[in-house]
Amino acid sequence: MEFIKIIILALIVNNVVLAQFLGICPFLGVSSKVSTSVGMGAAVVFVMTLANLVTFFISNYVLVPLGIEFMQTISFILIIAFLVQIVEIILKKAAPSLYQALGIYLPLITTNCAVLGIAILAIQKDYNLFESVVYAASTAVGFTLAMVLMAGIREQMEMTGYPKGMKGFPISLVTAGLLSLAFMGFSGLIK
Amino acid sequence: MSKLKYLTNGLLKENPSFALVLGTCPALAVTTSAINGAGMGAATTFVLICSNVLIALLKNVIPDKVRIVAFIVVIATFVTMVDLSMNAFVPDLYKSLGIFIPLIVVNCIILGRAEAFAQKNSIMNSLLDGIGMGIGFTLALTIMGSIREILGSGSVFDIRLLNENAKTMLLFVLPPGAFLTYGYLIAIANKLKK
Repeated sequence: MEFIKIIILALIVNNVVLAQFLGICPFLGVSSKVSTSVGMGAAVVFVMTLANLVTFFISNYVLVPLGIEFMQTISFILIIAFLVQIVEIILKKAAPSLYQALGIYLPLITTNCAVLGIAILAIQKDYNLFESVVYAASTAVGFTLAMVLMAGIREQMEMTGYPKGMKGFPISLVTAGLLSLAFMGFSGLIK
Repeated sequence: MSKLKYLTNGLLKENPSFALVLGTCPALAVTTSAINGAGMGAATTFVLICSNVLIALLKNVIPDKVRIVAFIVVIATFVTMVDLSMNAFVPDLYKSLGIFIPLIVVNCIILGRAEAFAQKNSIMNSLLDGIGMGIGFTLALTIMGSIREILGSGSVFDIRLLNENAKTMLLFVLPPGAFLTYGYLIAIANKLKK
């Protein structure tokens, strides 16, 4: 039961983008096409799950025993940067077309605050290893969900008219606002 | 006189929030009230100034290949300092900003200025750039926080503008209000630039 609760909370009730405001940069930047947003989402799922797995061990078996929890931010960000490098190398070899499409946003996963944020939140919430990994994976899927929905709306929007002054970021942000309003309907789903 | 340009650059022409649209996460998340916005802005400004100066100092020592990692370590050090100090001195503000204090380390503005400005410019210019960008960011967050606080709870900097029973638009202190406010502010900023 506990796991289902974590999954539903992370996936829709406390959606990482639309309710917690983590990972807004890639959400606005890569969400113009459904196909690239799926790719970006997949990269985030992989990195985020891996990052939570590794940071769990680092935090509980290195930082806490040595009493240097204040090194959390520095050590976590370096681990995430390292993981992103690995994902980048793998993608470059295995899926060059996806690598091209993701472009600048792949190295930017390092500065995707969602990855670091979720790693820190999982430690703060005192999750055990399994809970932490489930939490990360479902949050990342929630991120992908929000991004794919957004991309779908933006693809349609290309063909409709809206005020010229709203072009670019403003219209995307207003759309995200309406999407977030819709997601607020889920709040209270789980106590 | 030319020095002044570095200082004012971040205020209007390249305002990090409204013109460059960097650091969107804290801009959306913590601006539920004017005081939170200003606090977040101040914390970010401190880190930005310190990291800009230190990176400008170290620019000849840091090897080009590992510069991003080096920048992140420098930034993370200052963020940790801010994190611990805020926890000790302003616990209430620290609690309401929550996770977004450690997340200053991944604020694109700071890494962006290190990469685009501090590693190519003198210490003095980097200091001015840090101050200008920091103030621009703080200003943007405070404006957003004020708008959301006025519309959402009828007060600004905790000073009540409307009476207790007045109906306010609660939506604006909730997540959707953040997106809407930010969207319209960027649209206005774009209009003003032309």
